[in-house]
Amino acid sequence: MIVLAIDTSTDAVSVAVSNSKQLLASSHVLSDRRHAEQLAPIIKNVCEQADISMREIDVVGVDIGPGLFTGMRVGIASAKTIAQVLDVPIIGISSLDILARSVATTERVVLATIDARRGELYWAMYRNDVGPSIEVKPPAVGKVSDCIVDVVDRGQATLIVGGGALRHRTSITESLEATGLSIEWASEQFAQPSASVLAVIVAELALHEQWQTAAELQALYLRAPDAEINWLTRVNS
Amino acid sequence: MNTASTPSTVITDSSTVVLGIETSCDETAAAVVMGGNDVLSSIVASQLEIHARFGGVVPEIASRAHLEAITPVISQAMQKSGLSFDRIDAVAATVGPGLIGALLVGVSAAKSLALVLDVPFVGVNHLEAHLYAAMLDDPNVEFPLLVLLVSGGNTLLVEVREHGVYQIVGQTRDDAAGEAFDKVARFLDLGYPGGPAIDALAKTGDGQAIDFPRAMLSDGLDVSFSGLKTAVINHVRKFPESKTSDIAASFQSAVVDVLVAKTLRAAENLGARTVAIGGGVAANSQLRSEISEACARKDFHVVLPSLAMCTDNAAMIASAGWHRLRLTGATDLDAGAYPNLGLTVAQR
Ligand SMILES: [Zn+2]
Repeated sequence: MIVLAIDTSTDAVSVAVSNSKQLLASSHVLSDRRHAEQLAPIIKNVCEQADISMREIDVVGVDIGPGLFTGMRVGIASAKTIAQVLDVPIIGISSLDILARSVATTERVVLATIDARRGELYWAMYRNDVGPSIEVKPPAVGKVSDCIVDVVDRGQATLIVGGGALRHRTSITESLEATGLSIEWASEQFAQPSASVLAVIVAELALHEQWQTAAELQALYLRAPDAEINWLTRVNS
Repeated sequence: MNTASTPSTVITDSSTVVLGIETSCDETAAAVVMGGNDVLSSIVASQLEIHARFGGVVPEIASRAHLEAITPVISQAMQKSGLSFDRIDAVAATVGPGLIGALLVGVSAAKSLALVLDVPFVGVNHLEAHLYAAMLDDPNVEFPLLVLLVSGGNTLLVEVREHGVYQIVGQTRDDAAGEAFDKVARFLDLGYPGGPAIDALAKTGDGQAIDFPRAMLSDGLDVSFSGLKTAVINHVRKFPESKTSDIAASFQSAVVDVLVAKTLRAAENLGARTVAIGGGVAANSQLRSEISEACARKDFHVVLPSLAMCTDNAAMIASAGWHRLRLTGATDLDAGAYPNLGLTVAQR
């Protein structure tokens, strides 16, 4: 089973191709917001490196966010269309799930974070102690202080992963250490979700046919458009 | 990075099938067109209702709606065409001008299609596509052609000497024509979009009731609508009892008078054989009737595209894509979107 995995929800454009057993080829490029320009040539290149024709792809995996709105839409629109034309299923995985899966098995609770800009974060928490990550706190968006409250409420030794928290590393470390919680930071190598990790998750889910059609797949924004927020505020006041 | 992927010269003939995709503003559209002008299908999913409560297009909301609509719209276009994906010879998408986030949904989908099908991708200029929309309904158009392109974002007088050779000879100094309709409609509480609302109301009013200014009527080929908008506002403040239908009709008459006069002058300057209109405002009933009458008097052949071809659609993108393939070949897969793309910018 050939998996094509696409991840453009952060500053990176990441593409991987795997079969049921192993990764065949991958590319992870820091993009500087040029996702749309870079993605198609990278997909073409990774498929060539893997020595597969695009028509051999059996399932498409894509990071559905949360992350950069425009960036993630480039990946999702591409993945949806590839699945549509090939008439194959698609599997959408959140950027936070991918981050959690990229750190090794640990007894610590894993806090996965993505930068939401405006000083805010997207985050979720996972148990990584037995096999694949299990979500224990669903994805949320909010201030860094709200995220810290979640971690303190849980009250467990924590492993922090992802570029969102890394941006606020000093203040998060100080706040959490002040509460006596044991925290550890995952390597900055895992700052962005990677398509190689995504490909592994997708291959597992595909075995159980936990997939969707291209038309069904939806993005995970977590944050409403500003205009909608302002409109609701006006209507409710 | 090696991106040399698609052949630069592409054979285009009457059997060449182009799938077009349009997502530059608030319509998600896909169409299948054979040979540059045989429209096999044209599907348009409008977001009008989504944006109506905001009184205008909200870019982030538009981008999200495009992402939700893109797959079903492409499916419907293929189904309606009766062709399978394997019959597609090239994929065209609007690369600009437009809203960046919105454009990128269509561009990403189109490039993915081109990749999987191993056919050329061709980036299309939305303004050029509007010119082809006029020609789509009348493929035997004779050059030189003068096109009045009027929409919410543009007011342009374009000389078309031959395929791909354009010169902008007149444009607005401030608001686009459609923008003026939207602003006046908002001021008169007629809702969004303003064009159809004013057009409908004007039919019940007197276009001579109020003598609104015709800015720069006898002065060059550029137009200006901001003074007219201000005049409408001042009139309503001064005469609050004025009938809204008379205001709408008189405002519309002022816009149409200016557009028709400038178009005819530009056509005479060019020595045009044909005059065409395009863009959303080209759906305005008074503009359509007055420009046809004026062209008949001057013996210009006039092309009034169907309403579906005036507003944004993907058939015009596929048609322009077919001509672009013939003129300049395929676009590299590392193309992005160009929100401020001008009509006369050299195409890659
Ligand atoms: Zn348009």
